[in-house]
Amino acid sequence: MNQDHGGSGASLSVLSPTAILGYGFPEASLARGLARRPQAIAVDAGSTDPGPYYLGAGKSFTSRKAVKRDLSLMLRGALDLGIPLLVGSAGGAGAAPHLAWTREILLELAREGSLRFRLGVIPADIPPATLKAALRTGRVRPMPCAPALTEADVDASAHLVAQMGHEPLVAALDAGAQVVLCGRAYDPGPFAAPAIRAGFDPGLSLHMGKILECAAIAATPGSGSDCVLATLRGDGFELETLSEARAFTTVSAAAHSLYEKSDPYELPGPGGSLDLRHTAYQDLGGGRVRVSGTRFSPAPYTVKVEGARKVGHRTISIAGVRDPILIGQVDAVLEAVRKQVLASTGSDARVLFHVYGKDGVMGPLEPRRDAPAHELGIVIEAVHAEPAEADTVCSLVRSTLLHYGYPGRISTAGNLALLYSPSDVSCGEVYEFSVYHLLEVDDPRALFPVRLEEVGP
Amino acid sequence: MSPVPLREVARVIRSKNSGPYELTLDVIFPEAETYRRVKEAGVFTRELVARLYGVPVEKVLKLVHYDPAFAVKATLVRPVVSGAVGETDVYGAQQHAPLLDLELPEAVVRPSAGAIPGPGPGGESR
Repeated sequence: MNQDHGGSGASLSVLSPTAILGYGFPEASLARGLARRPQAIAVDAGSTDPGPYYLGAGKSFTSRKAVKRDLSLMLRGALDLGIPLLVGSAGGAGAAPHLAWTREILLELAREGSLRFRLGVIPADIPPATLKAALRTGRVRPMPCAPALTEADVDASAHLVAQMGHEPLVAALDAGAQVVLCGRAYDPGPFAAPAIRAGFDPGLSLHMGKILECAAIAATPGSGSDCVLATLRGDGFELETLSEARAFTTVSAAAHSLYEKSDPYELPGPGGSLDLRHTAYQDLGGGRVRVSGTRFSPAPYTVKVEGARKVGHRTISIAGVRDPILIGQVDAVLEAVRKQVLASTGSDARVLFHVYGKDGVMGPLEPRRDAPAHELGIVIEAVHAEPAEADTVCSLVRSTLLHYGYPGRISTAGNLALLYSPSDVSCGEVYEFSVYHLLEVDDPRALFPVRLEEVGP
Repeated sequence: MSPVPLREVARVIRSKNSGPYELTLDVIFPEAETYRRVKEAGVFTRELVARLYGVPVEKVLKLVHYDPAFAVKATLVRPVVSGAVGETDVYGAQQHAPLLDLELPEAVVRPSAGAIPGPGPGGESR
């Protein structure tokens, strides 16, 4: 029932099936959401949280089968109701290969189901020349804690994407797209675009998008794989869950603006910030919460650019240590082994040891690295530009450590409980973030052209 | 009057990336009253977080009390960028442990004299 019986104006509902496309959702929850006759279905497919590999290598961090299952149900639901389906940050990182991967799944679903729809595809790739030109004219600045950008960083990046705002999505909807498939996009954008296009307040629309993009994570008990619905009405929006197992509470909705953000009162994005200083949360009963008072503060328009560069290949070996005489001097032994192998080979590989039970999780932030441990887990890691060199160095470090004669040693048959045979695992390419910067733009749509295509028989 | 560890008082104690360069810590209290007393006692400061994590105070970028969710948030510079070589927690999801045993003065947690001691609300984090 999205119809407004109160006579206070229009309403608009957006259905969010899951926190990340491919994380799944119960079909019953989706059916319940569709029965509410929403005006759009939207989903976020992306994040930088899984790290730089996926952007650099052009791979998805979700499985094809899971993405196809989720898309299949959402696509049929949207086409049945005649409402748009919007997908943000296709394939996770939202670069050209991720967009192509997701588009291919959509086309496959259309073929298998004889489905017809107008598809709007919006790439988010930034040409290196564009970013370098902006760098020269002072229109690029680092995100907090990121280093200043250089042209070498741009040239080294395997992929460069920018987070589009809602404007290119609105353009795709204006052009009649029934399915909008975006490259890298500001997470709330796909949820806010239909609302802003319909004339709802941008601050409320984007705040609604902020909560919907994580689906039921903002409910209690939270879940990244269940559906929720939000309805904009008057000077606020109402959140509701679509499973009896969960509810929104004023605190769960408010707490969501803490999640993965550095300041819960001010959430910056393309074209300005969401100001939550005057946001109010009202319990409507039945697991529903009304949110109002959020404002959008416009600022000179910037988009966040993300890039990843290849730094080499990684080989690892996993082993345990149970001997207290070795555990007591493990730092000195590992350092001696590293020096010995690098000196004997003359290799410029990077050799690292991750010592679980000591500081394997927290590294330099660990306050208890000298607490007593009865066993340690050690991950030996070698990184080099050439995969064969990474293999060689990892192998030599493993064998040297296995038989290293440390002071006081009485366990003379071997120092490591090697977990596997084969003991060494080649992990493939290693990437790191190379760009995490704001780019000033004059036109929010210029970098994100909409490509329309008619899909179906 | 014996101090009470934060893990017995807070409902949520967690860490996560806020982008690849920052690590953000959230402490969420179960209800308004406890949150208000902790806030008014000035328990959480950038200096405290710096001491718990063994970093200079400049590395603690922000510390915000957030009344609508009974929460305190602190954001640190990551020692190593997420996913870079040598980094140990790609999502930053297991960097919260130093907060668990932070000792709160009993007067802040249980202000009324003769209050019945008992386990804190604790509960499973989400």
